[in-house]
Amino acid sequence: MASNPDTKIQGGVLGWVDARFPLSQMWNEHLAQYYAPKNFNFWYFFGSLALLVLVIQVVSGIFLTMFYKPDAELAFASVEYIMRDVEWGWLIRYMHSTGASMFFVVVYLHMFRALLYGSYKKPRELIWIFGVLIYLVLMAEAFAGYLLPWGQMSYWGAQVIVNLFQTIPYIGPDLVTWIRGDFLLSDATLNRFFALHVIALPLVLIMLVAAHIIALHEVGSNNPDGINIKDHKDENGIPKDGIPFHPYYSVKDLVGVGVFLMVFAVIMFFFPTGGGLFLKADNMIPADPLVTPDLIPPVWYFTSMYSVLRSVPDPFLGVMAMGAAVVMLFFIPWLDRNPVLSMRYRSFAAKFNLAVFVVAFVILGWLGLQQATSEVSEMSLRFSTVYFAFFFVLWFLSKERSMVFSLIAFAVVVGIYSFYDILRFDPDSAGLLMWSWLIPTVYLFVTMVVPAFARGLGRDRAVPERVTS
Amino acid sequence: MKTLIATTFLAAAALFTVPAASAAGYDGDLEKANIDVTNEASLQRGANLFMNYCMACHSTEYMRYNRVGRDIGLTEQQVEENFIFITDEAGDPVGVGSLMTNAMSEDYGEEAFGVVPPDLTMTTRINGEDWVYTFLKSFYIDESRPLGANNDVFSNVGMPHVLWELQGWQEKVVDEDGNERLELVRSGQMTPSEYDRAVRDIVTYLSYMGEPMQLDRQRIGLYVLIFLGIFTILAYFLKKEYWKDVH
Repeated sequence: MASNPDTKIQGGVLGWVDARFPLSQMWNEHLAQYYAPKNFNFWYFFGSLALLVLVIQVVSGIFLTMFYKPDAELAFASVEYIMRDVEWGWLIRYMHSTGASMFFVVVYLHMFRALLYGSYKKPRELIWIFGVLIYLVLMAEAFAGYLLPWGQMSYWGAQVIVNLFQTIPYIGPDLVTWIRGDFLLSDATLNRFFALHVIALPLVLIMLVAAHIIALHEVGSNNPDGINIKDHKDENGIPKDGIPFHPYYSVKDLVGVGVFLMVFAVIMFFFPTGGGLFLKADNMIPADPLVTPDLIPPVWYFTSMYSVLRSVPDPFLGVMAMGAAVVMLFFIPWLDRNPVLSMRYRSFAAKFNLAVFVVAFVILGWLGLQQATSEVSEMSLRFSTVYFAFFFVLWFLSKERSMVFSLIAFAVVVGIYSFYDILRFDPDSAGLLMWSWLIPTVYLFVTMVVPAFARGLGRDRAVPERVTS
Repeated sequence: MKTLIATTFLAAAALFTVPAASAAGYDGDLEKANIDVTNEASLQRGANLFMNYCMACHSTEYMRYNRVGRDIGLTEQQVEENFIFITDEAGDPVGVGSLMTNAMSEDYGEEAFGVVPPDLTMTTRINGEDWVYTFLKSFYIDESRPLGANNDVFSNVGMPHVLWELQGWQEKVVDEDGNERLELVRSGQMTPSEYDRAVRDIVTYLSYMGEPMQLDRQRIGLYVLIFLGIFTILAYFLKKEYWKDVH
């Protein structure tokens, strides 16, 4: 009897499963027949690497949970117990602490890739939204986890962040008590942060990651040329510039995994504290509510946002500014209305805008680690201005602007912060104020005024029909 | 594009070269401890000094006696006979697997020294090895202090100069250039170079104490890197093979 190929996909165990669960279908849709553009470059490693770090964190986290004690009396000693008495405990703990920092490294590079190639633009807005949500949850997850070792930095870092909510008018103080579960940061806080860190937030994180990937596979991956590969399909309906994710990108990502794990291993085995950036020396002192450390810098991945907070003198407005610094990211797909996706074909002004944004973000990160002197505060304010101006310029460069519009827009933006400078003018710090005024002003001049005069610098290039390399 | 990558990496590099914060607010120069944690003899001498001079007041309560013995090349019997001075409730010496607490209560410590002597398990990680080394060499006579001694690195420290028998006594003198320095005015059992070695031994031991697995992790790390290197090379050739037909 001849078998009927239409009804019988495959026999054996796989056939049995496929009749009951779409295993082969999922394998094909997401891996073997998911056609990805063939021109992915270096920046495209970080998506799969983020997934790898997530797995590392979950697995090492499970092992840590087996030995860690979420109790203010026992927590600190239990971490040292893991480091000293638990077989391979130090490896698991260093893996988890290194993984936390590497998660942010990878996620920041992944986000930069999206900005670089316009991966947030239509039809990928939801992928971007899910991504920013992942970033938000990841920050909450890292923050909750940082309290758990119950060292001085854990305690006072959490104190600083939790107290930010105190600045909210009317409900602030009660809200903070509600968050802490006590009138001060205590055992109750540690317990709930533990619950959030090991179950609530990871669950949300994993679901968001799933949504992120499902949305991606629905519309297809962007690429360094920002061209939709589905516009050029062959007679079988397969994109001409697409290759199946598996095996092509699965083997390619393996190389990325190898290199990444080497970097990871160098940190984990040879520089686990990362020179104080990943694990702070002060956190090896048990939490003491009566002794405030001299300097309470957040962990490096929060310092950019922390600088934005510190740059505003009014505490509540500072908190709002910090919140806005993250929330602004959600609006990027609708701010940047330029039809060209990839920076490769964008104008000089657009490239400059992104480069300055990256530099401003890194400088803000560095400033956030420093003691707040007047110079540090002034620079924080200037680079925070640049950070927010980026979003405006992103919108401004959506199309070619007229000379008049460019000049007026430039004058208005510069006028806003210059007005504030006049309000806070103090002859003693006039020099610093005046030269630092040039930082945002020169940036805005290059991105907004220069293209109005030298049209070539503001003009995007023609995007090729098919992907280049 | 290339410039963008270069700028990003340069900026990232700048972020990662943050100078280490100076410990405990001391802004003078610290002497280099120059320790070698692989030196077992130094670790044993350091352990001996620490147990005899420091542990009456300072605990290393996250560590166990037998682990120290195993790591620095001493038998359990040697550890029991030479290192264990504390007793359990029945008055017997504690077991060799016990945590290295001390006999002094916190209340007594606070009454005697004004502050509870801190646990020293991770002192080299908190303050740095050079700081501990310089600290132990910087006690000097100061009659205004309750216990007759002050410290140049940690001013008005509550701790007396426990190692005075070994080092002798220093005084703070001002030389003709107006610079303050410490001068040995009464010699102890050790010459200055012998004392330096003794302090270095203590710091070596405390460095080991701060991260007892530090040599393990470096040794294992090397093997892991070799494995990952081979893995990456193989993965690269596998990728090349698969990608031959992508044009």
